[in-house]
Parts: sequence; C-alpha cells; structure tokens
Amino acid sequence: MERKTRILIAKPGLDGHDRGAKIVARALSDAGMEVIYTGLHQTPEQIVATAIQEDVDGIGLSILSGAHMAHIRSVLRLLKKKKAEDIFVFAGGIIPEKDVLKLKRMGVLEVFTPGAATSEIIDFVKKARDKGTK
Amino acid sequence: MEGKSLAQLKKIRQEWETDLGKKGLKERRNEFFTRSGIPVKRVYTPIDLEEAGFDYVKDLNFPGEYPYTRGVDPLMYRENLWLIGQYGGFGSPEETNQRFKYLLSQGITALTIALDLPTQMGYDSDDPMSKGEVGKTGVAVDSLRDMEIIFEGIPLTAVKLVGTLANAIGPIGLSWFMALAEKQKVPPTAFVGFLQNEILKEYVARGAFFLPVNAGLKLVIDVLEYSARHLPNWLPIQLCGYHFREAGANAVQEVAFTLADAITYIEETIKRGLKVDDFVPQFFFFLSANLDVFEEVAKFRALRRIWARLMKERFGAKDPRSMRARFHIYTAGSTLTAQQPMNNIVRVTAAAMAAVLGGVQHAFLSSMDEPFQTPSEESARVAIRTQQILAHELGVIDTVDPLGGSYYVESLTNQMEENVWDYLKKIESMGGALAAIEKGFYQTEISSAAYQFQQQIAKKDRIVVGVNEYRIEEQINIKPLKHDPKSEKKVVSSLKSFKKERGGLAVKKALEEVKRTAESNGNLVPPIFEAVKQYATVGEISNVLREVYGEYVGGKGYF
Repeated sequence: MERKTRILIAKPGLDGHDRGAKIVARALSDAGMEVIYTGLHQTPEQIVATAIQEDVDGIGLSILSGAHMAHIRSVLRLLKKKKAEDIFVFAGGIIPEKDVLKLKRMGVLEVFTPGAATSEIIDFVKKARDKGTK
Repeated sequence: MEGKSLAQLKKIRQEWETDLGKKGLKERRNEFFTRSGIPVKRVYTPIDLEEAGFDYVKDLNFPGEYPYTRGVDPLMYRENLWLIGQYGGFGSPEETNQRFKYLLSQGITALTIALDLPTQMGYDSDDPMSKGEVGKTGVAVDSLRDMEIIFEGIPLTAVKLVGTLANAIGPIGLSWFMALAEKQKVPPTAFVGFLQNEILKEYVARGAFFLPVNAGLKLVIDVLEYSARHLPNWLPIQLCGYHFREAGANAVQEVAFTLADAITYIEETIKRGLKVDDFVPQFFFFLSANLDVFEEVAKFRALRRIWARLMKERFGAKDPRSMRARFHIYTAGSTLTAQQPMNNIVRVTAAAMAAVLGGVQHAFLSSMDEPFQTPSEESARVAIRTQQILAHELGVIDTVDPLGGSYYVESLTNQMEENVWDYLKKIESMGGALAAIEKGFYQTEISSAAYQFQQQIAKKDRIVVGVNEYRIEEQINIKPLKHDPKSEKKVVSSLKSFKKERGGLAVKKALEEVKRTAESNGNLVPPIFEAVKQYATVGEISNVLREVYGEYVGGKGYF
C-alpha cells in the first residue's frame, strides 16, 4: 500500500490565531493525508524536531502576527542543519507580497495569503509530494 | 393584537401565500438562513410576534429600563454619541506616540493600545522568545518608561476612555495606567481606564496566555477585586465574544460562550467577599460587529435582555447598573478580504452600522488594509471617518433602537435569546465554562463552525465578493505602513541599557514582595503596582509568576 502523505501544520512563535491552520489541517486530512497539528506557541526547534520524529513530507507554517521572516528563516536553517531538507516547507498567513518573494528565495515552496482556497492548498501539497524525494 | 383581527390576518396571509403559488413564483433558494443557521421566513408579520407570546413591556420596555432590550440609556445617541475609538500601536513607544497624536488630531474619543505579543505574554523584548515579534501586532512595552514615552504630550484625559488588552498580565496593565496617572498628576476618577483582562477566551480562541488556567484566572479576579475597591469608575474587564467569532463561532455561540465565561468571573469574584452590585456595574462586553446585519442587531439586543435577566434572576442583582450590558465592538477582521481591498471599507461600514443600530457604547473599526499589515495612517483615518459618517450623515441615530418593533428583528431577537439559553444550559450541565473549555467543547464547536463556513465558501453556497466570485486580475496597491524597520533592534538595545541604568535594589525588593504575595495567595495588584512604579519590566514580573505558578502546558493541537 502506498504510504500516505504526512504533513505537519505548525504555529511558530507567539501568534495565537489558528483558525486558518486548523481549517487547512482538516482540509488536508479530509483529502486523505495524515496531518499533525502542533498547537500554539512552537519554537522552530520544536517544529523541526516534531517534523523529523513524525517523518513528515512537508511542513505548513501559519503566521499572522508579522513575525514570519524570523521564524521561517529559523525553521529552514534548522532543517538544513539536521539534514532534513527533503521536507518541503509552505507557509500561510498575513504575509506582504515583498516578503512572499523573499520567502520563496529562501526556499519556501509556496505561500498562501488570505482568500486562498483549501483546494489550491491540497493540490499544491499533492504536487509537492510527488516531486519530493520521500 | 386582538384575537379577531389576528385570525383575520392569518386568513389574509393564507390567501397571499396561495396566490403566490398560483402565480408560479419561485424563490432563488429552497431555504434561507442567518449566518448562525436560524431559518429566515419569507416575510414577518404581527402573527410571528403573537405566536411567540411577545409582550412589549416584558420583552422590550423603554430604553434605559429593564430588560434593556432597546438600549442601556434612556436617550442613547440623542444624548451622546457612542465613543468613537481606534485601536492602534506598533513598533517602538516613540512610533506609537506619533501615531496616537495623529489619531487624536482626527477626532477620536477613545483609544485602545495594541500591545505586541511578547508584552501580552509576559516576555521582555530582549527575551529569546520575543525574537522577530517585537513591535509586531502592537507596540513593545517593557516597563512603565515605555508607557511614559507613548503618552508623552498626551494627557490621559485627552479621551473619554483609554486602555489596553492585558489579558494574561492584567495586574501589570492596570498598574501601568495607575502609575501613569500618578506621573501625570491626574486622579483616577478624572478618566476611565479600561482593560480587556479576560483570560478564559485566550485558552480557547486567541492564544495570548502563559500561566496555567487557574493562575491566569486568579490574576483577572485580582484586578476585578482591586478595581471594585479602589477604581470604581474604571472598566477592568471586557467580556469577550469577539475572539470566539473571529476563530469561527457563529453569533449564538459568540454570545453563549461569552456569557458562560462571565458567569465564571462573577462566581469567582463573589468568593472574594464582594456582592454582584459591588463589581458587575464595571463590566463591559467586547463583541464582534459582523456582516449579517439583522442577525447582528438581534444579537446585541438579545444579549442585553439575557444579561438583565441573568443578573436579576440568577444573581439577585439590585442595582440596575449591574443589569445593563454595555459593549465595545470591533468590526470582524475575518470578514475582510485581501482581494480588492478597498471593498473592505464597505464591509466595515455595514458591520459598524449594525452595531450602531444595536446600541453600541464604544466602537473601533478595522482598517481596509488589515489583511496585509498594521494599518497605515491613511487607512486608520478612513476607519475613523467611517464612524463619523455613520454618526453625522446617515440618519441612523436620531431615534432610539430604530429597528425595535420590526417583526423580523424582534423574531430574530427572540430566537437568538432562545438559542443562547440552550447553549448556556448545555454548558451548565457540563459543569460551567471552565469544565467545558477543559473538555474542548468550545474549541470543537468553534472549529466545526469555522470549517463549515469555509466549505460554504468553497462550494459557493456563500459568495464572498472578490474571493469566490467577481474576481479580477489585480495589482494590489496598498499604501505601506511607514515604520522603522530597525525598531526591534532599537527597542532591545534601549531596554538593555535601561536595565543597567535603572538601579536594581528597589526592583529586586519589589519583585520579592510579588513572589511572597503570590505564594501566600494574596491580591497581586498592590505588590505589582509597586514593582511597576520601580520600573520592573513585564518580563521580570511575569517570570516571578512563572516561578510560583508554572507555565501552561498545552497538548497537541486538535482540529
């Protein structure tokens, strides 16, 4: 049997708004994936440790507080350090256009901003996994 | 209506319905519902009120009279406008001071300080947990010194209402305003300070907590007790529905969960030896102003009626002020779209109008650029102007409760009240708000409602203009917020040098007193007030609390 796609939805930092994170988690789960949601207030270290421990294909980071640059940079660095760069990273939240470009250059595969449909996110994750090495 | 004419009316309605059938008219949907799922009939008539046993005096009465359905004041906006406020603050205290001076020059009468998340959660700006978060979502306040900078050249009496959130750090927030009043030589009776100071909803919907639930609750009650005894004109709590709603709750859940939490705060404060009439008159609600206009109006009216009945019948309140549900509103950020963002001005206007038609006391509105950033000066100004246009140009404020007596709005108000009581009974049977939250009841109800709503949008059962219909190719052209990109660095380095200059002995002694009081379960406001006056930082005080109470440990998130 084919291994199910495994995704970690994570809330880095102090931001407590997780309506979007929960909706994405549920939508991916309804689409047949195995989804783990970290809950609030996770450090980048905790997120990367959970991702490796749970052997996920991808991490979705949700941030609405404006602290996305610092937290996402840390997650990417830690993945590299732990030689887990095969885990793809996508992000969502209140993220200005100029930061979207910066994040993509840093290695974030896709950034979803307000109004994104859950179907777009599901399609993205499926494609990202197919291209992936896991 | 007399029995005879009612029977006649029913006959006429029957004929009218039959006639519609004959003409072969067809409605564009099989069923219509409000956002909370209340079925909406084709048309409402006196029959609906009659069948619900509607009694004008018992259910509505006159404005300013029990059960306050038509408003908490007899004259409402014919006497005074609601307070036109704005929520603001970002970056460093200096930047926020500039912004506040600008906002004040635009005619606001109330001011709410937005704090950054480290401040709200008891971390100093130089704490490793604060990295990347300093000055985002609000201004960084580490100590009283920052409050002094924010209010440099701004007397606390410049507006009628001034306050901040401080949900997890209530005693610190209260102390900042008390200390600032001392510095400005303004007696606390000369202005109304307010705090949100409402921790229960943080564990469910907003996430700005750091202590375990019982300790978080103790801090809230300490503030309520202290305020009842020493600051009777201040508003030390906002009973919050807004955040449940933003997390996905519907209007019924919003009111029900807020009231269930309110019951907990009341019961806990009574344990301090206070009577309801000693402290409940200082309560205010903080509710969402959302887009289903009539349901929103019904929500505000139903809340007032339920609260009045709850206070009188359940808690035996005698003072009418305990029975009046007064509320702040904030327009629902979650209804704004990043697509064609100028349209947000229209959404905000409609939501704010619902609140005004519903009898609001204090409003602040979202800015059109909120899906992108902390509001720019221009978009914040538009939010203020929107309120001023509502007040002066639309003709919606010249009679009290203009929708009172509408067959539809009264029917919705009745239905809303009934649905809220059902939820309250359910929560009661679970053992009250604390138990319901611990069981995850609020959380699962809210996330299910949020997911359902999202599904409706995905299936286009619900149209969101510019998002799932009427889309355009567009280049978003939002004026960026002017802010100092280096403000985090500056705040951190200024805090570090401040801590060195400050002199540590008085701070150390004050913090020891905070610790002793926490350990002996005393009211924490007096020792924290002293620590704040000695310029102890939010992180230093909060770390003492962490030492005594431990930290909240959440499990894995569920969805």
